[in-house]
Amino acid sequence: MQGAIEPTSDTAAVTEAHHEEHHDFRVIGLITFLCSEFLMFAGFFVIFLVYRSAAAEWPPEETEIELLLPAINTIILVASSFVIHYGDTAVKQNNVKGLRKWYAVTAAMGAIFLAGQIYEYMNLGYGLTTNLFSNCFYLLTGFHGLHVFIGLLLILGVLWRSRREGHYGAEKHTGVEMAEIYWHFVDVVWIVLFSIIYLLTLI
Amino acid sequence: MAQANITSELIGNSFPHPDKWKWYHYFTFNIDHKVIGIQYLVSAFFFYLVGGAMALVMRAELATPSSDLVDPNFYNALLTNHGTIMIFLWIVPGAIGGFGNYLVPLMIGARDMAFPKLNALAFWLTVPAGLLIVGSFFFGGAQSGWTSYPPLSLITANTAQSMWILAIVFAGTSSILGALNFIITIWKMRVPSMGWNDMPLFCWAILATSLMALFSTPVLAAGLVLLLFDINFGTSFFRPENGGDVVMYQHLFWFYSHPAVYLMILPIFGIMSEVIPVHARKPIFGYKAIAYSSLTICIIGLFVWVHHMFTSGTPPWMRMFFTVSTLIVAVPTGVKIFSWVATLWGGKIRYTSAMLFAIGLLAMFVFGGLSGVTLGTAPVDIHVHDTYYVVAHFHYVLFGGSVFGIYAGLYHWFPKITGRMLNEPLGKVHFILTFIGTNLTFLPMHELGLKGMPRRVAMYDPQFQYINIICTIGAFVLGLSILPFLINAIWSWSNGPKASGNPWNAKTLEWTTDSPPMIENWDVLPVMTEGPYAYGEEPAEVSS
Repeated sequence: MQGAIEPTSDTAAVTEAHHEEHHDFRVIGLITFLCSEFLMFAGFFVIFLVYRSAAAEWPPEETEIELLLPAINTIILVASSFVIHYGDTAVKQNNVKGLRKWYAVTAAMGAIFLAGQIYEYMNLGYGLTTNLFSNCFYLLTGFHGLHVFIGLLLILGVLWRSRREGHYGAEKHTGVEMAEIYWHFVDVVWIVLFSIIYLLTLI
Repeated sequence: MAQANITSELIGNSFPHPDKWKWYHYFTFNIDHKVIGIQYLVSAFFFYLVGGAMALVMRAELATPSSDLVDPNFYNALLTNHGTIMIFLWIVPGAIGGFGNYLVPLMIGARDMAFPKLNALAFWLTVPAGLLIVGSFFFGGAQSGWTSYPPLSLITANTAQSMWILAIVFAGTSSILGALNFIITIWKMRVPSMGWNDMPLFCWAILATSLMALFSTPVLAAGLVLLLFDINFGTSFFRPENGGDVVMYQHLFWFYSHPAVYLMILPIFGIMSEVIPVHARKPIFGYKAIAYSSLTICIIGLFVWVHHMFTSGTPPWMRMFFTVSTLIVAVPTGVKIFSWVATLWGGKIRYTSAMLFAIGLLAMFVFGGLSGVTLGTAPVDIHVHDTYYVVAHFHYVLFGGSVFGIYAGLYHWFPKITGRMLNEPLGKVHFILTFIGTNLTFLPMHELGLKGMPRRVAMYDPQFQYINIICTIGAFVLGLSILPFLINAIWSWSNGPKASGNPWNAKTLEWTTDSPPMIENWDVLPVMTEGPYAYGEEPAEVSS
């Protein structure tokens, strides 16, 4: 980032470095994309909070929500964020077996989360169109669920690819890292979502 | 032998490709940034013609007060899709996707963008957007204006409106992917000899634009998804009868769409900052002021959106806040305008077609900017809201600003892109016709608005007819003005005089390679030996 213009004589080395560096842009690219994605969620959160502040009763009596199942789901999802990190740590030590184990556990936890979400939907007794609260509720949780599903596919993709000997290793694990970052993102969004949809009803 | 090895390494093919692209390569999923740039420019120009034809039908309709040429509902569909096409399929993809993709890697000395495949994907996402817009006409076309405010958008042409929403979501996704690509490319892939403050100003402009697109587009997407649910899935986010709130939509829409105004003008400011110093043969005045004012616009621009909503029941404190922030955002724009004027001052100006359009832009944009300042002030805005004054204002900034800028860029970089020079006399005819047409069409609209003619109507009070006829004549002059350009571009692309690598004697890096540049841009990456605008200065000493 120096301001001065420094002609370089060693152009060959520079070119080479240039191409090598290219590789790692994917991680910052993903993070940049997730910043943008987060703003979409932020838009939904603001909508939810504004409607909440304008409503006489939020959630209205006909659309009560229960807290226990989502709380368990939250614990599972937050825990899975730690589990997936073990997988990432493992692959950085060239331990592909460990990677496969921890990523499989994460995938299972993600699947349980989604199953719990669907179970919750089926037992609430109201649907998307019941009232403004249910509109918001299904849209926000559904949109987040879609992201969990995509994250799950990414993790399964990593597991699929890791079958091949030498596909991932201590020096080559960008895909693993990206799946992990995406999973953390899904987790962080859920914590905010859980707070504003569920925890705020306690107040 | 060793020498040969080094050379092949220097060429460093990062992807397999032929020596030269054939014509059909331009119709495929091609990951070369220059091919993508041309794909964007040509397809955007095609949509410019489509949107322009729609405008001509509207102006023909408005030549008489009664509704005699087209059905009023179809008129509504025309005005909605004219706006949508011009914004989402012409200026944004043309200025950012077209010039950005073609020029940014060349200007910073990179072989391609950071994510070439993502780049191609971003272009091809605009194709379904275009098809959806065109297809929506088979279902009556979206009729609620490019802003698509509910409740109107909830009750008119539901299928077409849904297609319109999907089209915008596709176009928005494309611009998000493009934006993140530009940010990483500019951040990480400059030649090592180029620091942040050695970067051409066009790259600064694209960087600011990209930040803006990245942070505002998703919010629009959120709003449009809700609208889509309201139309198709029985929700009531924007249905007041069930507790929804229509003003919520306006906030979501304008949180994106005001920054979208800057999406359409910041890259144009970048083009201006390249064209003016080259053709005035002078270093740019206030490099850092121009560079950082782009970032300032991008930050302040995120906090002015409510000035579109002064008549939406907005509380007085909010009107006050957003009037002030709107006036503040005019300051960094003024910084740029004065810097360009100071660059022109005392320069050896070459009146090339590119320079004429740049100077024309200065005049037109100042005009549109000033009417913008009046509109940004709540008391005036309440008086002229939803009248032709607004139409006059945004056509001065979008046509007199953005389109003039794209033309300036096309004349300036056509030799680089095609390897052929454009015909200068034809270019001047094009400029004169465009300049006359612009003012004839849009200047009288101020008067119409102040007299109270509402916008977005096919029928109007007969007292406005006289002025409307002037506007209609102007619009057809504008339509005519495209012909000399089209003839010039099509003819010169194959038959124009061959362009050298650097026909304008410019100093930015894209001129250090051949015209048109080879695939992967350079055999050996260039090294910056002098600043991008070091006209009339001694080049810095090169240590060997």
